[in-house]
Amino acid sequence: MTVLAPGTPVPPFSLGTEEGGRFTEADLDGHTTVLVFYPFAFSPVCSDQLSLYQEVMGELEGQGARLYGVSCDSSYSQRAFRQQLGVSIPQLSDWEPKGETCRAFGVLHDQGFPERALVIVGPDRTVRWSHQAPSPGDLPGANVLFDGLAAAAGATAPRA
Amino acid sequence: MNRGPGVSDAASAGPGDLRSAPLPPLSAEDHVRGRPDAQLVIVYGDFECSFCALAHERLRGAGVRYAFRHFALGAKHRRAPTLARAAEAAARQGAFWEMHDSLFADQGRLEDPHLWDRASRLGLDLERFERDRRDPVVAARVQRDVHAGLRAGVAVTPTLFVGTQAHPGPPDPEWLASLSVV
Repeated sequence: MTVLAPGTPVPPFSLGTEEGGRFTEADLDGHTTVLVFYPFAFSPVCSDQLSLYQEVMGELEGQGARLYGVSCDSSYSQRAFRQQLGVSIPQLSDWEPKGETCRAFGVLHDQGFPERALVIVGPDRTVRWSHQAPSPGDLPGANVLFDGLAAAAGATAPRA
Repeated sequence: MNRGPGVSDAASAGPGDLRSAPLPPLSAEDHVRGRPDAQLVIVYGDFECSFCALAHERLRGAGVRYAFRHFALGAKHRRAPTLARAAEAAARQGAFWEMHDSLFADQGRLEDPHLWDRASRLGLDLERFERDRRDPVVAARVQRDVHAGLRAGVAVTPTLFVGTQAHPGPPDPEWLASLSVV
């Protein structure tokens, strides 16, 4: 199983929000979305990852991108995790049916948790760029996000 | 420049450009210590990070030359940006390394009154120290280090660079010994 490749239309999916609502493919329309799939709330590398990406939220928003954290933890755990870290990154829960969205995006680890992966989706629900860390313990730097956004922009409007 | 919604300007260069970039070479702005003939190690760290304190202990005992650069992320360590600015304010009075060593020596005392106490003990002009650590120029100096680190792919503290090779985490003493001059 590998992460969806650029050019692939996003499959229908449904994730839980912290507010108790659902986040689906329709929520991708009209803007660039960065989905950060991470293995586990409260695990050491995931903590470092969200703290790191929090640092660049302003720059991401400046480029019109919306970034979300996605894991198979429940929304309650995700909120506690986010609050403990003191980050604002909205969390999306792939809790029930567990891992179904991760599977649809090709990032469900065979042990039932998300691979560490980044997926950038364009305003037209098409994957523009994706990255899967060589192992769940590897943390892609913030530079990787911005390289991805640049590549995604290039995929939108190839330069002459 | 058009900063409207969408990603069409994602590739634009500028102060907010965080795409990958090579590690900046040593410059006059860097804080460097150690024998000039020894192997250079560039350290990205923050003063609230206990693993950075450990790295500092090990580097101090090693025969290397090293530069300290700020990788102060407020979301990781609440006091880190403030402490980085305090060290830069001390640097304006010629006491960067003294403040650096003092912060790493006692990470249980990192609040403002502890900074004033340190500044006094180091013989700094306290009023100037207070003014300088709130100076936007000092904040920008710290942020330059952070941005360069982000662009070079630094993701955790400490991260040490030998040449362009990144070594995340506190350095193994044997590895440091292999770099050291005797």
